[in-house]
Amino acid sequence: MFIRTHLTRRKKRHELYVKYVLLLMTLLIILPLILIVFYLIYQAAPILSLDFLLKNPIRGMRDGGIWAPLLGTIYLVLISLLIATPIGVFAAVYLNEYARESWFTRVINLAVVNLAGVPSIVHALFGLGAFVLFAGIGRSILAASMTLAIMTLPVLIASTKEALAAVPLAFRQACWNVGATRWQTIREVVLPNSISGILTGIILQVSRAAGETAPIMFTGAVFYKAIQEGDLLAYGLLDQCMALSMHLFTISTQVPDVPAALPYGTAVVLLGVVLLVNALAIVLRIKIRSRKKW
Amino acid sequence: MVSAAVKIDVRDLHVYYGHKEALKGISFDVRANEVFGIIGPAQSGKTTLLRVINRTLEFVAEARYKGQVRVDQEDIRQVRNVFELRRKIGMVAPLPVGLPLTIYDNVAFAPRMAGIRNREELDSRVEQCLRQAALWDEVKDRLNTLGTRLSGGQQQRLTIARALSHQPEILCLDEFSIAIDPVTTMRIEEVLKELCRSMTIILVTNLVQQARRLANRTMFLFEGEIVELDDTEVIFSDHPAQQKTYDYVNGIFG
Amino acid sequence: MKMRGMFHSRELLKEWLIEKLIWICGISAIFFVFGIFFFVFREGADYLLRGFHIREFFTSIEWYPTSRTQVRYGALALITGTFSVTLLAMFIAVPFGLGTAIFISEFCSPRAREALKIIIELLAAIPSVVWGFIGLTVMNSLIIHLFNAPLGLNVLNGGIILALMSVPIIVSIGEDALKAVPESYREAATALGCTRWQMTFRVLLPAARNGLLAAVLLGVGRAAGETMAVLMATGHSIRIPGGVLEPVRTLTATIAAELGEAPVHSDHYQVLFIIGILLFSITFIVNLTADLVVRGIRKK
Repeated sequence: MFIRTHLTRRKKRHELYVKYVLLLMTLLIILPLILIVFYLIYQAAPILSLDFLLKNPIRGMRDGGIWAPLLGTIYLVLISLLIATPIGVFAAVYLNEYARESWFTRVINLAVVNLAGVPSIVHALFGLGAFVLFAGIGRSILAASMTLAIMTLPVLIASTKEALAAVPLAFRQACWNVGATRWQTIREVVLPNSISGILTGIILQVSRAAGETAPIMFTGAVFYKAIQEGDLLAYGLLDQCMALSMHLFTISTQVPDVPAALPYGTAVVLLGVVLLVNALAIVLRIKIRSRKKW
Repeated sequence: MVSAAVKIDVRDLHVYYGHKEALKGISFDVRANEVFGIIGPAQSGKTTLLRVINRTLEFVAEARYKGQVRVDQEDIRQVRNVFELRRKIGMVAPLPVGLPLTIYDNVAFAPRMAGIRNREELDSRVEQCLRQAALWDEVKDRLNTLGTRLSGGQQQRLTIARALSHQPEILCLDEFSIAIDPVTTMRIEEVLKELCRSMTIILVTNLVQQARRLANRTMFLFEGEIVELDDTEVIFSDHPAQQKTYDYVNGIFG
Repeated sequence: MKMRGMFHSRELLKEWLIEKLIWICGISAIFFVFGIFFFVFREGADYLLRGFHIREFFTSIEWYPTSRTQVRYGALALITGTFSVTLLAMFIAVPFGLGTAIFISEFCSPRAREALKIIIELLAAIPSVVWGFIGLTVMNSLIIHLFNAPLGLNVLNGGIILALMSVPIIVSIGEDALKAVPESYREAATALGCTRWQMTFRVLLPAARNGLLAAVLLGVGRAAGETMAVLMATGHSIRIPGGVLEPVRTLTATIAAELGEAPVHSDHYQVLFIIGILLFSITFIVNLTADLVVRGIRKK
């Protein structure tokens, strides 16, 4: 049998130390954040109610709710989604189904990576220069959504590509063999079988777009704009709008004497929306993994 | 029994994967309505050959080929509509691939992609193909269940039904019995004997006895070259032209 | 036969059109990256070619964009601001991020690994403005209490926030790199009687070196490009910081803070776009390098 010597015991002890140090590091990253999130919720608790969501900010944003920014964020997210989804899905289809290993494909992949790495404020400058000024759309929901769409594109491309790559090659070959064209194969077999993965990407994109501030600051979001409470169609495509993220920035830095609970409440709603949406994506992904059709 | 009309004519076919030469200049022809057996060990280029004929080799990025392949006297490189060519050829892969669709949709897939929308026509086509593949009786009550739920042998017959669904003139089977039991294999072999009356069959097989049972002529392919091509009786006789053929057929190597 | 010819040339035309559409979407990312560079450059080009003092920009700390008498565009303090916050962030994030990556990849049960990865993913999803708000409220008062500092919005605050923001990317890319080390390395090391930590530090870390480097680079890119969090958490003071408890202003925060006030096409406005070009170039190079480093491992 294996005999425990002084040396092996020391090794064993050493290994345990390392494990605990690493565990401690991990916990040091995670635990404070969980505490902070609870602290935010605790601070926001007095103000969180349905009314808070459905009332406009009033008295110079020192009172009332977050209806206008909430609806603005919904508009921005949905419209950027409408723009980015077809482009992103088709781009992923190109990269996964059509592109061959070549320098050109490498350049495209590099561009996607770089697009993801461009600072959000530079995206803002681009949106301002290209959409607001050059295209003449003006500061509007449309211009801001287009900026957001380009910014969130890499998220969608990456997860769609992953979803497409998970569909077995044999399915495609079977379709080609019976005379289906490439697009027929993609439309009938590849896309339907990767739909949940693509959906995950779309959800992640929603969460990303909902939280961004810098790209919409100069392209369409404003500090304050009152809209009809309860009217879901209150904004027009070429209107400027409020947005949750921008609103949080405004009331926590730009407006003096805001009651403390107000920014906390806004932060919690924003955080809640983003985390819930992300959690949805994670649940969906776990579901896909456990329930494969093939 | 064997009609003289040439269905497929291959002349000096070379296939390269990158720098590797998979087929080294082979020439042969397949006659109409015969069962043409291809035997040979793994990696000898059998699957590659089938992929050249229906031009799906194009989907393999690093592959290219030279030489001439004619189907019905028409050079496959010059066909106007490659999808028509592929529909003329039914292809059955080694492992059954049930598309993740219902049984019905699996068989109706090819006709639909070819533009047939009429429900009655699709219904009769599906029934006919499933009957031809000897699967109809087993699945007629559950056409709307997923094709992937079937057993391996049933899935392979479903694959055959799908390959028949676009009414091919040539049916290529690539080691179709590799994943199924002997009883099902025998059933499918019966089906093939039926089918060869109306179409040309290319039977690639790793079971030499299968070629012996079914094929009119047999080609022995080894490392990208034709060792011998002759009537099946000759190949399986005690003295084929090449010693190597005798050795392979009798299990001395391979 | 009946079925032939049903494949109209119209169908083939449709196929062709869709393939072209897919191709255009496929290469769109290239257009967007060039578009970003082009339009940001376009807005700043006029001043860049006309009166821009490149030396002043990089060497002077005098940033007086709205001064009546002596307008100065010296960005040294801003560059130092970005540099100091990013450096501090990496100082914290690299050990913690790589430590967490190693823990998740090598020392953790599969169940705990899944859970931790999900938490890390959720961490990555927290919007930057919420981070900024946390810096402004929680971190601010913590720093004032713990360090007895007059002001909690400073390099330390911004550095910690940025560290927390770049940890998830370092963890996920780093974990990928460790996972990419062949299992046979681990088996060989175990067979030689290595303990797990010996295997990790002597075998895995050297083998995954490039991937880990790429993880760090991407973390740097994330931190240097971050805007809202540093805008809210580092205080507003354009000067070269003498210590971590002093407030600074970064390049990104300057654009965010001043673009709204700068009249369109004024010199000030154009200089802000020039800062944008600088930021774009920095992150471009960082991402390119990270990509080349990652490709390096794949080739091996």
